[in-house]
Amino acid sequence: MREPNGTPRIGVYVCHCGTNIASTVDVAAVRDAAESLPGVVLSRDYKYMCSDPGQELIKHDIAEFGLERVVVASCSPCLHEETFRGAVGEGGINPYFFQMVNIREHDSWVHRDIAAATAKANDLIRAAVRRVRFHEPLEPRRVPIDPRVMVVGGGIAGIHAALTLANAGKQVYLVEREPSIGGHMAMFDKTFPTLDCAACILTPKMTQVRAHPNIQIMTMSEVEEVSGFVGDYRVRVKHHPRFVIEDACVGCLECIDACVFRNGKTPDEFNLGLSKRKPIYIPFPQAVPQVVVIDPEACIEFRAGCRKKTCVEVCAERNAIDFQQEVTYDEVTVGAIILATGFQAFEASRLPQYGYGRLDAVYTALEVERLVNASGPTEGSIVLRDGSTPTSIGIIHCIGSRDKNTNEYCSRVCCMYSLKLAHLLKEKTDAEIYEFYIDMRTPGKGFEEFYNRVEEEGVHFIRGKVADVYPEAGNTGRVVLQAEDTLAGMVRKIPVDMVVLATGLEPQPDAEDVRRTFNITCGSGGFFTERHPKLAPVSTFTDGVFLAGACQGPKDIPDTVAQAGAAAAEALALIDAGHIELEPNTAFVVEERCSGCRTCVGMCPFSAISIVDGKAVINEVLCKGCGTCVAACPSGAIRQNLFEDEEIFEEILGVLTHV
Amino acid sequence: MSDTDTTETAAAFEPTIVAFFCNWCTYLAADLAGTSRMKYAPNARIIRVMCSGRVDPQFVFDAFAKGADGVLIGGCHPGDCHYQEGNTKALRRFTLLRRMLTDLGVEEERIRLEWISAAEADRLRDVMNEMADQIRALGPFRLPDGAVAPAAPRREEVPA
Repeated sequence: MREPNGTPRIGVYVCHCGTNIASTVDVAAVRDAAESLPGVVLSRDYKYMCSDPGQELIKHDIAEFGLERVVVASCSPCLHEETFRGAVGEGGINPYFFQMVNIREHDSWVHRDIAAATAKANDLIRAAVRRVRFHEPLEPRRVPIDPRVMVVGGGIAGIHAALTLANAGKQVYLVEREPSIGGHMAMFDKTFPTLDCAACILTPKMTQVRAHPNIQIMTMSEVEEVSGFVGDYRVRVKHHPRFVIEDACVGCLECIDACVFRNGKTPDEFNLGLSKRKPIYIPFPQAVPQVVVIDPEACIEFRAGCRKKTCVEVCAERNAIDFQQEVTYDEVTVGAIILATGFQAFEASRLPQYGYGRLDAVYTALEVERLVNASGPTEGSIVLRDGSTPTSIGIIHCIGSRDKNTNEYCSRVCCMYSLKLAHLLKEKTDAEIYEFYIDMRTPGKGFEEFYNRVEEEGVHFIRGKVADVYPEAGNTGRVVLQAEDTLAGMVRKIPVDMVVLATGLEPQPDAEDVRRTFNITCGSGGFFTERHPKLAPVSTFTDGVFLAGACQGPKDIPDTVAQAGAAAAEALALIDAGHIELEPNTAFVVEERCSGCRTCVGMCPFSAISIVDGKAVINEVLCKGCGTCVAACPSGAIRQNLFEDEEIFEEILGVLTHV
Repeated sequence: MSDTDTTETAAAFEPTIVAFFCNWCTYLAADLAGTSRMKYAPNARIIRVMCSGRVDPQFVFDAFAKGADGVLIGGCHPGDCHYQEGNTKALRRFTLLRRMLTDLGVEEERIRLEWISAAEADRLRDVMNEMADQIRALGPFRLPDGAVAPAAPRREEVPA
């Protein structure tokens, strides 16, 4: 076993972090205990080690006292390891002659007992002091970075991120599962609180995406597999067949008229089944790309063989229809990935008491967005399933939000879109509108003002959650909303013609698969987890993978766009540098100890190890620094920078040695 | 050992647990437990490794030999490993290692492998508490008869 080179002079710094650490850990006692450890020539405590004066202290002491190793006991290395390494480097010694001890997240914040927390801090510092003696001088690894970026999801988040990057001159692949980009925003009628028409503000951006020379749109496509690392991600994309050749189709839509189906028979996805479409269709008038798509489930060519093939006939020499198309794959290399995979609306039938799917009068908010939209199934007039126009409407908030039985979180947008729908429905029908809410949440620019406006328009607000929706007696076609009015202290039963369920936002049904594919994490609600809730809101723990929009958590359009811009900027900052610096924690072989047994070769998930002339050789570029081979080597011939066996054995001894 | 003896030792004894946590999942779960201000038993001492696959069985033997009362290894859930499959390598080793240790007479509760994702701070807290309780009930770790005594002095016991 190696010995430390001489006895390096070690400095220990114990951070108070204001009172975050100092209130649970006796920092003075910890400082004194550290001072008596072998090799420690100086031990200090300081209010904020990460502050400029704190860092200056380290630099000063390195010069003044000839420190050769530095240990800082403060927060998690995820937060400030880089900070302190920087200070140590500027102080004039190798930045890796440093070890950080986590006495905040792992100690003062999770324990109450001062004696126990102080003992734990002492143990952890002792481990670090023992370990740091073995540290070797290292240099960060520099690897080149591919300047291309992939954006996954073509909703407003993905569109904005892709445009931002493309405008900066970067090549972008925009991957979208549906036949058109646009996402949920394309389905909305107006947007709160300004009542801009969603299509009017979205479609110009969609057109820009289509026209942009730096953006390659891949619709009906999904990411199948991701390998590689930051700077060099290999992404395998699966393209589902559209049965129409994108480059050949001019979007004349003559084939739709020519289809042997006189009328559509298939529920139209874009209108949430409120209308029907033909087997050959365009998702919505402003779809990008302006290319039709054939649904093989509905087209009789696929089921029985269509003798006429009227669509092919009318397409004539353009020859865009291709029934033989199959699934294809592409493999692209990118330096960074932005995930903008969005959300799904809460499935309202999961709460049977509200009658969705059972009572004709009950709609989800997204369905109502389509109903009020001029290009929707009723061309913007509010016609119910029974053909009537409502004279009274109840809107129920928090369907699938703020509910222990479904989702505990607030979906953030429902109060505001409910107000918007109340306004639009009032405008179109002059119906009496009742909003049943738990709390009105309108914390945004112009939101409270909009709430006041809708209230002045005569919408009724009832504070209480509806318990039951049931048909009115006497077969009137109306339904009764029963709720406890918690302000008036009484139970109300209000008969209405139409019920709107303000459904919350949930992660996409396959968010778990996406998470796995991109090797990121999900929080308890199932949304993707950002690297830090405050300071790294668009990064993930996987370097080079960023988040934008509702896949990270429920948010409205302004926040989504802001986040998409931020994700694009982060990706840009990463790739524009041309190279990245990685932790030098790679493994290497001590040749004279290697017996060439090949145990390590099969251990490496990155195929970084090969046997050359009977000895293992590790390719440093391919090695990601997991250390699995180090643990497996029966001769102890493989070492890992920053995680040497000796360093870990010293830590074990350190936490177990009471002095 | 008489009944009264056991009670007395159990009251004063606080186990020391050495915890090897992977950098990407369980270490971050412990960070999250901190930022969420969850409270759990202060018995574990966390040693960070990049991957649970880095945990050499020798680390575990060494920890017991130097006076640990329990060893906890934390990694990413199967399929979620930052390095694709280091955690499955850890599992493979762990299965053999635990069999070997139990054959030597070490109680099963003293050595544990847990998959705890970066989001599962509550699970981390529960595992920490559960393991501390179980080992507290077992009492201090004693090397099997015939084995060499720990090289390092044991921690002085901190009153609960």
